[in-house]
Amino acid sequence: MSTVSLLAVLIALFSLVPLGYVAYMTVATGWDTAVELIFRPRVGELLLNTVLLTVITVPLCLVLGAGGAWLVERTTLRGHRWWAVALAAPLAIPAFVNSYSWVSAIPSLAGIWSGVLIATLSYFPLVYIPAAAALGRLDPAIEQSAASLGLGPWAVFFRVVLPQLRIALTGGALLVSLHLLAEYGAFAMIRFDTFTTAIMVQFQSTFNGTAGNMLASVLVFLCLILLLAEVKSRGTARYARIGSGAPAKATRLPLRHYQLPAQLSLAAVTVLAFGVPVWFVLKWLIAGGVEVWAADEFMPALLQTLLYGAVGAAVTTVVAFPMAYLAVRRPSWFSKLLELSNYVTSSLPGIVVGLAFVTVSIRAVPGIYQTAGVLIAAYVLLFLPRALVNLRSGLAQAPKELDEAAQSLGKAPLTSFVRVTLRLTAPAAAGGAALVFLAIVNELTATLLLSPNGTRTLATEFWSKSSEIDYTGAAPYALLMIVLSAPMTYLLFQQSKKVAGQ
Amino acid sequence: MKLRKNALVGIAVAATAVFGLAACGSNSNTGSAASGSAAAGGGITVYNAQHESLTKEWIDAFTAETGIKVTVRQGSDTEMSNQIIQEGEASPADVFLTENSPAMTQVENAGLFADVDKATVEQVPAEFRPSTGKWTGIAARSTVLVYDKNKISEDKLPKSMLDLANPEWKGKWAASPTGADFQAIVSALLELKGEAATDAWLAGMKENFKAYKGNSTAMKAVNAGEVDAALIYHYYYYGDQADTGENSNNVTPYYFKNQDPGAFLSVSGGGVLKSSKNAADAQAFLKFITGKQGQEILKNGTSFEYPVGSQVEANKALVPIKDLEAPTVDPAKLNSTQVTDLMTKAGLL
Repeated sequence: MSTVSLLAVLIALFSLVPLGYVAYMTVATGWDTAVELIFRPRVGELLLNTVLLTVITVPLCLVLGAGGAWLVERTTLRGHRWWAVALAAPLAIPAFVNSYSWVSAIPSLAGIWSGVLIATLSYFPLVYIPAAAALGRLDPAIEQSAASLGLGPWAVFFRVVLPQLRIALTGGALLVSLHLLAEYGAFAMIRFDTFTTAIMVQFQSTFNGTAGNMLASVLVFLCLILLLAEVKSRGTARYARIGSGAPAKATRLPLRHYQLPAQLSLAAVTVLAFGVPVWFVLKWLIAGGVEVWAADEFMPALLQTLLYGAVGAAVTTVVAFPMAYLAVRRPSWFSKLLELSNYVTSSLPGIVVGLAFVTVSIRAVPGIYQTAGVLIAAYVLLFLPRALVNLRSGLAQAPKELDEAAQSLGKAPLTSFVRVTLRLTAPAAAGGAALVFLAIVNELTATLLLSPNGTRTLATEFWSKSSEIDYTGAAPYALLMIVLSAPMTYLLFQQSKKVAGQ
Repeated sequence: MKLRKNALVGIAVAATAVFGLAACGSNSNTGSAASGSAAAGGGITVYNAQHESLTKEWIDAFTAETGIKVTVRQGSDTEMSNQIIQEGEASPADVFLTENSPAMTQVENAGLFADVDKATVEQVPAEFRPSTGKWTGIAARSTVLVYDKNKISEDKLPKSMLDLANPEWKGKWAASPTGADFQAIVSALLELKGEAATDAWLAGMKENFKAYKGNSTAMKAVNAGEVDAALIYHYYYYGDQADTGENSNNVTPYYFKNQDPGAFLSVSGGGVLKSSKNAADAQAFLKFITGKQGQEILKNGTSFEYPVGSQVEANKALVPIKDLEAPTVDPAKLNSTQVTDLMTKAGLL
């Protein structure tokens, strides 16, 4: 077995630690206790909340995301270039900052509908971005054929366009659902209980007690069901075709008297998802004046966040490399299996990974307990796919023949690898690293559980201030998280366009 | 193919190097922001479940006086007591501070506390510390019902906290069941009235109450008219009144008195871990916060908790401790584990 395979296997095994932890704990708890703690009314309430939230929010995100993408890409919407960015912008607002702003706007916000509101506004761009990318890539020839066979514009949309978006939409829906299962801060702030908030509550009362572990195992079970459902709903239809040639520029459907309603509804979405949060963060900032920028608390949190973000992003990218390499240059069932194991782990909520790492490090490897390394390792597991996806596409565009050509011209293998393959992959790696950085900056739950003594990040500091309803004190941290996220969001948006070949 | 393999070894080496660098980077990072607890004389680590702002006031004054650096890990009472128990001998904590005593008792029962220095013990009257001398009271807080005068007239107020489980209180009151504060109140109820009564009360509560996250949020809800009353601790009200009053101007505090479980006075505790490698500094810290200077921070600062040591009087704004008619509860007997179990069973957690 080659070194790269060995590395990949080690990484995959390591990424199974959280899953192994949950399984081990469930078994170790014993059947009777487990049943007693899993099949109780409280779990039923949580299940109902979580399922309702998912069932209502995901379709709303699909409608907003796909609808927005269609308006922007395929109609004569005025200012569609501008709207294309505006609809992706809410991604720069972490969900818990969104929640904080909405709670300051309407203090009585609570329960399922508030949860749906916050979640939809925070997560619909996760559907919009892939949907817009896929729409931009569609060959209008198919639609023209459909039209020539007598279908009207609406029938074309529903019978030809929408089915081709299936993969983008199911992928987006999966991402939204996983976020719904994992989110803590946004829902805790509006007093909406899900499995994740309940596990956090148990953690605050019992550290890693049995009841919390059992809730975690139910949550993991839900995640696995989602993954399975997504695979099933992708379907078996074939979307590729041979000799697609150079697609013509898509025609834009004239909006005519729908122009105004379209403009208004997009404006409403943007105001709710982006305007409200930014407005209230600024409002609290102005109310707080100069004092809230107290440098002795603020600067360390900023520096720690940047450092963790940078180191975490670098390590994640390096760790993703062997897997990406195997997947591109030596694809086999083996590389697919390795990828799958990572995929499963990264779909687990931060709270589960945090619980697993706290317990494993405290019991099995006390030497690394409460070190920065454990937190970085958790970030790597949680955010590996973000780096992996980018690296894969980057590597795929770096033909190995170039590498071999360099070697035949007398370069040593390592030199040729570094100067050809690595250099060609660098932009993709940088893109992936940026996404990981963005995720780390906004990560709350795993950071709360695993950070070394004395370490504070923007997210944890924001959380501790807003929990004591010190809204003015929390504002600078909120602003900074948005400011740090904004360029990354733009980058993500640009990248999705590039993959689409625009 | 062989050539390629060498290249891969190169990547592996590079990867290890980056890992190594990452480790260095993060080490130096914790080193500067937090003085490591392992190095003796290099400062102390406090596991703090008290309010961050209060402990910060204590630490700033302590460090200014002694030059000893203090690193804080923030958490909640029973989270940290369970954490310390799991860490055992290897715990990085030197000092543990809580908001309520059940968590202290838990660590004490696990045999992880060192004896508190005699000089410190002597600063605190016996009613505010356990007879074992394994930890000491550092502050105290009283249970209070804050209510909206416009919604509840004075004659309709409950005589006892137990009344809140009756049907007429359905949907009318708030609490923060996930907090250690509320769980301490339940532990006092358990100690005073026994398991059956506590079980029944928790079941009634589940029917009647509205859950909020944190006492300040619960009080804010009463202030905003979302709910009629909230069962919280006293200092949230006085702290907000002294500040802007924006979250408390419409609420009135009501003390149950009469040795009712709802008149429970909860003792916040501080203790030094047996495993501490900086025991002298840790003891000095505990002595400082229970000493005159530390207790005056309670009297004059923004916390509005009751001082318990060194004959320091409470802030003038507060109802004096002797007028609270609190029930006599031995802090050593408060059982947090049983409370979490009962509350989990009642579907509150």
